[in-house]
Order: sequence, then C-alpha cells, then structure tokens
Amino acid sequence: MKRVKRRYLAVEIDSCETFNSHEFMDAVWNAVSKLFGEYGASQTGLSLIGYDETEKLAVIRTWHKTLEMVRTALASMTQIGNKQLALHVLVVSGTIKALHRRLEEKPVQ
Amino acid sequence: MKRVYADLHLCPDIGGREQISRIMAKASRLGYGLVAVPFPKFSEEQIRQTREICREAGVDFASRVNFRSRTPEELLASLRKLRRRFEVIAVTCESKGVARQAAKDRRVDLLNFPQPDFRRAFFDAAEAELASNCLASLEIDMKPLLTQAGPARTRLLSNLRREVATAKEFHVPIVISSGVSDELLMRKPKDMAALASLCDLNGVHALEAVSKNPVAIVKRNREKLGPKFVAPGIRVIRRGKDC
Repeated sequence: MKRVKRRYLAVEIDSCETFNSHEFMDAVWNAVSKLFGEYGASQTGLSLIGYDETEKLAVIRTWHKTLEMVRTALASMTQIGNKQLALHVLVVSGTIKALHRRLEEKPVQ
Repeated sequence: MKRVYADLHLCPDIGGREQISRIMAKASRLGYGLVAVPFPKFSEEQIRQTREICREAGVDFASRVNFRSRTPEELLASLRKLRRRFEVIAVTCESKGVARQAAKDRRVDLLNFPQPDFRRAFFDAAEAELASNCLASLEIDMKPLLTQAGPARTRLLSNLRREVATAKEFHVPIVISSGVSDELLMRKPKDMAALASLCDLNGVHALEAVSKNPVAIVKRNREKLGPKFVAPGIRVIRRGKDC
C-alpha cells in the first residue's frame, strides 16, 4: 500500500482574545467546510497535534495533498464566534521533530 | 536570490501616525519587503512622513494614487497632472469608458475593478487585450474575500475566477493586494498566495502575483522617475563636457 505523506503546520493565533483548543479546531473545520464543502473537508484528515493557549500557537496535521486547501482555509478565517483573529502559518514540515526544530530556529519577533 | 514580497494596497488611516506605524511594523513582521499606500492627490508631507515610518519599520515604501474618474477625459487630466508625483498609479474602473481608457494608457500601472458590484465587472476580453498591449496589470484585492461570506463570497469567487482566466489568456500580469486597513485582516504573502489559489491561480503564478509582478511595477516606475531616464532602454550614464 502506498504510504500517505503528512504535513504538520505550526499556526500562530493573532488575537487579543484567547480560545480553547475545541473552539479553535471547530472553527478550522468550519472554515474548511465553508470553502471546500463537507466532501472536501473530509479529504483533509485534519487533526490537532498540539495547542498552547498562552503562547497562542497550534500544531495541526493534514495530508500532503490537501496542504494548500488547509492553508487557504486558515488564511480565510477572520473570527471565532464574535472574537476577531488572524491565523498565520509559521512553519510547514513533514515531521513533528523538524517542525519544532524549525520553530526554534525562527527569529523571535 | 531571496524573493521580495509586496503589498501594493495597504490602506491605513494616513492621518494617524500610530496606526501607520503599527501596520508597517506588522507588514515587516509578516515578511513584506515592499508596501504601497494610496494617498490623496496632493499630499507630499504625508508621503514623506509615511516613508520615514516605513524606513524605521524596515520595509520599502512606494507612493500610490487611486483614480476614481467618472469620464475618460477626467482620467487623462489626472494622469497628466500626477503621473510624475507617484510611484504607482491605480485606476478604479467604475465605468466602461474609464476602464478602456485606463487599459490602453501606458501611464496606468494597475486596473482595479470594484468587486462587490458585479455589474461593474468590466474586465472582459477587449479590456484584457488593451491591457496586454500596454503596461497595466490586473489588481485583485483580497479584502472582500475575507470579509464576505455565503452567497456573496460565492459570486465574488466566480467573478474573480472569470477575470483571472481572461487575464491569463491575454498574458496580463496579475497583482494580488490586501486592500485592508485593519491589522487583523493582514496575511502573510504565502497565505495571500494560498487565497489567490481560490481564483484558479496555480502556486507559481500566485507567488509571482505577490512578489515578482508588483516589484517589477515599482522598479520600472522608479527608473522612469529617476533623473537618468530618457526613454525605455536609454538612460544618461555620464554628464559633463568630456562626453
């Protein structure tokens, strides 16, 4: 069987408000479903790998083939509930280890 | 060589120094190397101040003017008066006559079509052919894509997709801009390119639309506005009696 490649995205949550991981992930699923429909969303294999509420950083996983779809959906998000936010993809990587290494290498802003 | 990303349509409140500083700092943090801000027609002092703020933030700045002319004659008069004062000239095409005039005028850099109003979508094959023979690019603002939802966004996407297909057919360069005044609507260049993929732009073309195409416009115009420029391909190398 052909191995399916995965991609891990480190996402910065740019907002004055805080969100818990459930709120965040529900909003991501909603955004993907809105843009690509339920069929498209079902192909993304989205899952939340890590979430740091204080650092406002999330790590999510998707399939390599649907990376652009997820990236587009994340960029299209402007609010969760009535709270405004922007999501910025900081790093995309094929393994969690490389993702963390590259996050550490990134200059502090 | 490292790619320079550009957003040629940031719209901070040009009276508020603090907001401009915040937006420019954010643009720099998101990875933009060049930004342009539209100004009213006569605003030398504000342009100087904004240039200063951008220098502090570490982003290159280009002055821009948006023409919203009602008739082609009005557009020509504005172009005659202001072409040499701004680095980027954009025309918001609100009538067919103005759109056609803007597309065939080599002094116009960007053609912008107000997206929420679908009756004003004048970017058709004739318009694209005129633009392809001149220097004008099609500018697409991402703000409506972020702020609209539901059927309005569906219609908008359909319209944008049609415009992009026409531009591709006639080799009209596409420039993706944000058009936002709110920091929370600003996106990283690669995220903007990802959003542009909704308009059927592939990865390479989408990245060019936020880097190569806008940077080329500013570079070309700076060269033209420089003291050494004579005509395209001809410039003064040296002055003096021994020449």
